[in-house]
Amino acid sequence: MIWVEQIFQGILLGGYYALIACGLSFMFSVMGLVNLAHGSFAMLAAFGFWALAEYAGLPPTIGWTAVFPAMALLGVALQRLVLDRSARSGFLIPVLATFGLSICIDNLLFQQFGADTRSLAPFIGDLSYDSWELADGVFVGKLAVYIFLAAVGLLGGLQLFLSRTQLGRAIRATAIDRDTVGLLGIDANWINICATAIAMVTVSIAGAALGMRATFDPYAGTPQLIFAFEAAVIGGTGSLWGTLLGGLTLGIAQSVGAQISPQGFLIAGHATFLVVLVARTSLDRIADVWRIFSFVRTKAS
Amino acid sequence: MTDSGLVVARWTPTSVTFTVAGVGLLLALSFLPTVASPATLDRMTTLFIYVILAATWNALAGYGGLVSIGQQAFFGLGAYVTIRLSNAGVNVYTAVVVAPLIVALFSLPLSLPMLRLKTSEFAVGMWVVAELIHLLVNLDPLIQGETGISLIALNAYTVDQRNALTFWIALAAVAAVLAILFVLLRSATGAGLQAIRDNEEAANSVGVRVVTVKRIVFVFAAAGAAIAGSLWLATAISFQPKTYFSAQWTSYMIFMVLVGGLGTFEGAIIGAVIFYAIEAAFGSMGVWYMIGLGAVALLFSLFLPSGLYGIFGARTGVQLLPVGYWLRDTKSEPAVGQGKAAEA
Repeated sequence: MIWVEQIFQGILLGGYYALIACGLSFMFSVMGLVNLAHGSFAMLAAFGFWALAEYAGLPPTIGWTAVFPAMALLGVALQRLVLDRSARSGFLIPVLATFGLSICIDNLLFQQFGADTRSLAPFIGDLSYDSWELADGVFVGKLAVYIFLAAVGLLGGLQLFLSRTQLGRAIRATAIDRDTVGLLGIDANWINICATAIAMVTVSIAGAALGMRATFDPYAGTPQLIFAFEAAVIGGTGSLWGTLLGGLTLGIAQSVGAQISPQGFLIAGHATFLVVLVARTSLDRIADVWRIFSFVRTKAS
Repeated sequence: MTDSGLVVARWTPTSVTFTVAGVGLLLALSFLPTVASPATLDRMTTLFIYVILAATWNALAGYGGLVSIGQQAFFGLGAYVTIRLSNAGVNVYTAVVVAPLIVALFSLPLSLPMLRLKTSEFAVGMWVVAELIHLLVNLDPLIQGETGISLIALNAYTVDQRNALTFWIALAAVAAVLAILFVLLRSATGAGLQAIRDNEEAANSVGVRVVTVKRIVFVFAAAGAAIAGSLWLATAISFQPKTYFSAQWTSYMIFMVLVGGLGTFEGAIIGAVIFYAIEAAFGSMGVWYMIGLGAVALLFSLFLPSGLYGIFGARTGVQLLPVGYWLRDTKSEPAVGQGKAAEA
């Protein structure tokens, strides 16, 4: 029974990982780059929510009306000033530029807010501890369920947006061939700005989710980036439904690992990520060998 | 010589001068412990460690196109294996030298899955590896989790002996790392490496053994980070996993290489010297120092991606060390500078 409960908790935790991985996976599929400042932006949004609640008395339920547009604007600036410019100087530079940016953001947050851990839990009333009793003695936190549903909704919504809307199709076309869409009258720069702004709004949602369900501090961005990256890669980078599956896999692995030993939480997550990675690359290799083998056989016959 | 009067040259008068001067400087430095104060030796050792970190990360990222954010894995392992060897009764300075070799052996199987990842996936994938190794090292009862342990065996030596011995090992390590890199870059492997960086598929199609070449530079960079780690332990004495397995080390490497000149042999060395000077001047400023490092790295990657040495080389056409090829016009001297190494 304890295992069933752990797996169940893992699935709910995985919902959060899918949420934080959503923006990373989306930007990777559209622009083919991993934004290393992703976790730092999530912390920036979380501190934005916190500051609004603490100093202006605006709880996250109202605060989002300020944080989401602000983060979207920041996304516009990020795309215009950093990503677009660095992507033109080769594939190494965006990685280095966003890493430098993450160091700046983390330390500026530390400078502004200090080392104290914060939480949004005090500003959301009963929601932070309310729960449903599923069976005898098995409780499930309402907030965790809402976060899970938000992840499914967001990933599903993005998937629908990409496949059904004009802008979504333009984003997909730009991802495939930036130069050709220009010939069709689509402004690739504008499309990438939209995509980054959307990704930054999803990052804000993830930041709010982290702030409500746990605590955060200025340097918490790094682990969030790593979790997001693991979820995205386990699920197959670029695929949004895959990201949901990846988040769930990571969450379940961590929950089960935590049950085995106190340090097992993180170790099991990282190990699962590496096992999936090795398995996938070996499968690719087997597929390659198989292709060559069948090619030779056809030639021989 | 062809009709055009152009020849491909390797050595130029400038590069001969600087190579001789560089080797002479390294030889002269080996006598430093007889004259310099222990504090000076300690500072020089730190500088050498930075040069090793910058040169090997540059080999990996600048020449190999493999940006890793997880080199702290090998830095930390270098220190950890030194502690383990010393604890097993190996002489402490032997341990400092042998530990990096063991880490290099360990990095070989690790390279199999990691090198199949592309660019940013490799970058963060290495970071995950570093986090995992950090957690696993914490499980070792000898290390006592984040409490850490000290390299107690160093007590057998006086402070003066320690400073001199660490300095010599660091000097020998710098010389070895730079010499290996120099030979590697001038060999067919070096040309293959740069070809992979510029276009992996094209390099593969003209017969570069992509995986082998990448593996060589991966193991070399791992060994470099590991000896930097074991030397750092020899100067700092205490081992706390959190400090050694921190991504801060990689941010230092990125800063040094970006500022000095990504993908240039000389640039990484210059970047290390600049970083050393900046740290000495502003390191006490704490958070603002880190903000400054991050901002400078960001600005260089956006506006000066070829770094200070890259700008210098492009403006003057001067190459200080002969790691590339030069197109030299024998009809109308002086030589025509060719900033990047031509395909061998």
